[in-house]
Amino acid sequence: MTRRSFLRLLSAASLTALTMMTAQHDRAWAQSKPGVLRVAMTAGDIPLTTGQPSQGGEGIRFMGITVYDGLTRWDLSKSDKAAQIIPALAESWVVNPADQKIWTFTLRKGVKFHDGSEFNADAVVWNFDKLMKKESAQFDQSQANQAASYFAPIASWRKIDDWTVEITTKRVDAVLPYNLASLFMSSPKRWEELGKDWSKFAEKPSGTGPWILESFKPRERAELVRYAQHWDKTRITKSERLILLPMPDANTRVAALLSGQVDWIEAPPPDSVARLKQQKMQIVTNLYPHIWPYQLSFLDDSPFKDIRIRKAANLAIDREGIAKMLGGLAVPAKGMIDDKHPWYGKPNFQIKYDPAQAKALLKEAGYGPDKPVKVKMIISPSGSGQMQPLPMNEFIKENFKDVGIDMEFEVMDWEALRTRRRLGAEAPENKGRHGINNSWAYWDPDIGLIAAAGSFARVPIGFNWGDYKDAKADELALKAKATFDPAEQNKILGELHTRLVDEAMWIWVVHDLNPRALRPNVKGFVQAQSWFQDLTPVSVE
Amino acid sequence: MLVYVLRRMLYTVPIAIGVSLVCFALIHLAPGDPLSSIIPEGASPETVAQIRTAYGFDRPLPVQYLKWLGHVVTGDFGTSIMTRRPVLSEVLPAIANTLTLAAAAVIFGFLLGCIFGVVSGYVAGTPTDRAVTAVSITGVSIPHYWLGMVLIVIFAVNLNLLPATGMGEGGSGSFGFGWDSLQYLILPALTLSVIPAGIIARSVRGTVAEVRKQDYMQTLYAKGLPGRRVFVHVVKNALPAVLAVMGLQLAQLLGGSILVETVFSWPGTGFLLNNAIFTRDLPMLQGTILVLAMFFVLINLLVDILQTAVDPRIKRA
Repeated sequence: MTRRSFLRLLSAASLTALTMMTAQHDRAWAQSKPGVLRVAMTAGDIPLTTGQPSQGGEGIRFMGITVYDGLTRWDLSKSDKAAQIIPALAESWVVNPADQKIWTFTLRKGVKFHDGSEFNADAVVWNFDKLMKKESAQFDQSQANQAASYFAPIASWRKIDDWTVEITTKRVDAVLPYNLASLFMSSPKRWEELGKDWSKFAEKPSGTGPWILESFKPRERAELVRYAQHWDKTRITKSERLILLPMPDANTRVAALLSGQVDWIEAPPPDSVARLKQQKMQIVTNLYPHIWPYQLSFLDDSPFKDIRIRKAANLAIDREGIAKMLGGLAVPAKGMIDDKHPWYGKPNFQIKYDPAQAKALLKEAGYGPDKPVKVKMIISPSGSGQMQPLPMNEFIKENFKDVGIDMEFEVMDWEALRTRRRLGAEAPENKGRHGINNSWAYWDPDIGLIAAAGSFARVPIGFNWGDYKDAKADELALKAKATFDPAEQNKILGELHTRLVDEAMWIWVVHDLNPRALRPNVKGFVQAQSWFQDLTPVSVE
Repeated sequence: MLVYVLRRMLYTVPIAIGVSLVCFALIHLAPGDPLSSIIPEGASPETVAQIRTAYGFDRPLPVQYLKWLGHVVTGDFGTSIMTRRPVLSEVLPAIANTLTLAAAAVIFGFLLGCIFGVVSGYVAGTPTDRAVTAVSITGVSIPHYWLGMVLIVIFAVNLNLLPATGMGEGGSGSFGFGWDSLQYLILPALTLSVIPAGIIARSVRGTVAEVRKQDYMQTLYAKGLPGRRVFVHVVKNALPAVLAVMGLQLAQLLGGSILVETVFSWPGTGFLLNNAIFTRDLPMLQGTILVLAMFFVLINLLVDILQTAVDPRIKRA
C-alpha cells in the first residue's frame, strides 16, 4: 500500500467512525424527560439557597418561592390581572385600631419544614432574629443584606402564643403584607442539626415551600424535587424534578432551547422570537410591574424642572416604533403603571406619540429645533430589566432630535449606574446629569409609587432620585401608606399615579412583556402579571 | 543550571507582589460601589455603613490591600461577597474546568498550528504558503464569541450533533473521558483553539523558514541526509521558539476566555470572572485574577527552564 492510499483509507475510516459515533449516540442531552423541568435562568450563578435569595427578582422566582414560603405570598395563579397579596404561612392578620403600627398574625397550623419540624411562632421569631437581631446566634449578614428593604418597616416582633405573632412597624405602614411575601422562613431545626452553620445549611436547606433543594453546584445547576407534604395541596408540584441552569448569555439560552438541552428559557432576545416560533416553541408574555423610564432631575440646573419640557419629552417618543423594534416584546407606556393595573387611575395627560404637540410645548418654553434643549442622561449598555438599552436610547435620541431636544449620554456599566442612582441627582458625581435610565418595578406601592415620588423619600432613604417635590403627591402617598383596606388603598394609589402622570414626573417609555420561551411539551404554565412565577402547575410531557 | 533555576524563581517574587498590587488597584479604580450589587434597594445610610464595615470596605485602600495580602499568603483568599463561599473553593474547581478546556484547545491548536506552520515554512514564498498564512491570520483575527455562536448554530441547533452548553448532564462533577462528556468539550475547545493555532502556525512558519536558510541545513543536504532526517534537525532547532509560544498560549488559555466560557456556559475561570465582574464581587475578582496571574508566572517560569534545558545557549544569554 502506498503512503497516499494509506492516508486516504485512514481519513475515510475516521470520518465513518465520527459519523457513526454521532449518529448512533442517543443524544440524551437533547431529550426532554417527562416530569423533569429544565430551566435556563439569566443569572450567572445559583441564587443564595439559605432563605433570602440573591439575584433580585429572578432569585426569588427560582430559589425563594420554590423552596420557601413567607407569611404572605403573591397569588400567581391568574394571568388576566395584576398579582395580589394573599395569606400563606399566616392565615390572617389584623391591625390594632388603637395603634395602627401593631399587627397580629395568626399562623397556619400543620405546616412542616422539609426536615419534618413544625412551623410555628417560634420559627417566625427565630427567622426575624436571623435577619434583624445582630446579637442572635442565627444572625446572617448575607441574608440580612438581601432582605433589608423588606424588613425595613419592621420595628419589633414577638410571639404571643404558638400560633400568633405580633409585628410592630416603625410608623403606620399599610404596605407591610407586601414586604412579608419576600421574607422567607428557614428551618431552625436544620440549622441546629448542621452545627449552626449557614454555609452547611446552604448545601442542605430546609424551608416549607413546594420544592426541596436536593443538590446544587455553584454556577452550574441546582436540582429541586417535589415536596409532596406541602401544606397547600393545590400547589403540589406537577413536575417531579426542577433543574435550574445559570445561562447569562441570551443567545446561549436560545441555542440550548433549540437544541433540546432545556425546556424553558427566561428572556429570549427579541431577534430570536421568529426563529423560536418557527420551531414551534411557545413564546409566553404578559404585562408585569416593569417600566423602562428616564428618572428625572428636578435640581436647578435641570431643564426638566419645567413641566412643559417634561411633557414634550413624553410626547416626542414613538413608543409603538420601539415596541416594534423589540419584536413586540414590549408595550407602550402611558405612565409609570400599566393601564390594566388597579393603580393606574385616570390621568388627564395622555402619554402618546405627538411630535407636533411636543414642538408646541417646547416653543412655549422657549426652545425649538434651532435652539434645542440640551439634556444629559446616564445610561447603561445592559442590566437587569434594562431590555435593549443602547438601541432604545439611540431611537429616543432621534425622536428627541426631531422635536428639539438634544440628548447626550453618559454610558456606564450597570453596577456603576446603580451606584449613581443610589447617590441621587444632588451628588457631585451626578452634577450636570438630568436623568438616569434605570428600569423600575412597581410590584409594591412603596417602590412603585410612594417612595419614588414622595419628597420624604429622597435617596438613599427612598427612591426619589431627582428630588421631586409635590405637596399633593406627598399627601396622597402618605394617605396610601396609612390606608389598610386594600380596595381603598388601590383607589388612593390610582389618584397618586394620576397626579404623577399629569405632572409628567418621569419620562415613561415602555413596559417589558416578561418573555420566556418554552418547548411545545411544557404544559400548565400560567404567566402571572408579576416578577415572580409559580412553577408548581408546570409539567413536561 | 540549579543556580539559574533558583535565580528565575526568585525573580517571580517581586513579579507576584507587583501583580497583586496592580490587580488590587485596577479593581478598586473601576467606577461604582463594590457593594452596589448586595446593598438592598432603599437601604438606609446606617444599613449601608453597617454592610460596608462588615465587608471591610470602610478602611483606607492601603490597609485593605495589606490585610488582603496578609490573608493571601496564608492561603485565605477571602469570601465572595455574592455567594459567601470561600474564594479559593470557587476558583480551584473553576481552574480545573478551564484546564480541561485549555488542554483540549492547546492540543487542537498545537497540532493544527504545527502542521500549518511546517507546511508553510517548507514552501515559504509559494502560493501554498500564502494560502496557509491567510488561513492562520484568519484564525488569529476571528472573534472567539462569534465563531462559538456559529459553531453552536451549525452543530448544536441545525445538525443537532453536539450539545450547545455546559459540561454534561450531571455538570462538571461527573465529567469524564467517555463520549458522554467529551462531546461537550468539542465545540468550546475548537473555538478556543483557533487563535493559538494561528499564532503557533505563524511562529512555526517563521522559525522553520529561518532554520532552513541556515548554512548547516545545506551541509546536511550536502552530506546526503534524507529529507525526513533533515526534518528532525529542523524541528529540533525550531522547538525552543515554538515551546515559548505554546507556553504563553497555554497560560493565556488557562486564564480562560470570558466570552467563550460564557457562550458555552463552561464553568471555568472565564465564566467565574464574567459573573464576578457583573456582580462587582471584588474578593472573587481579586482572588481569581491573582491565582490566574500566578499560574501565568509559573508557566512562564517552567517554559524558561524547559527552553534552557532544550537549548543551553539561552542560559548563557
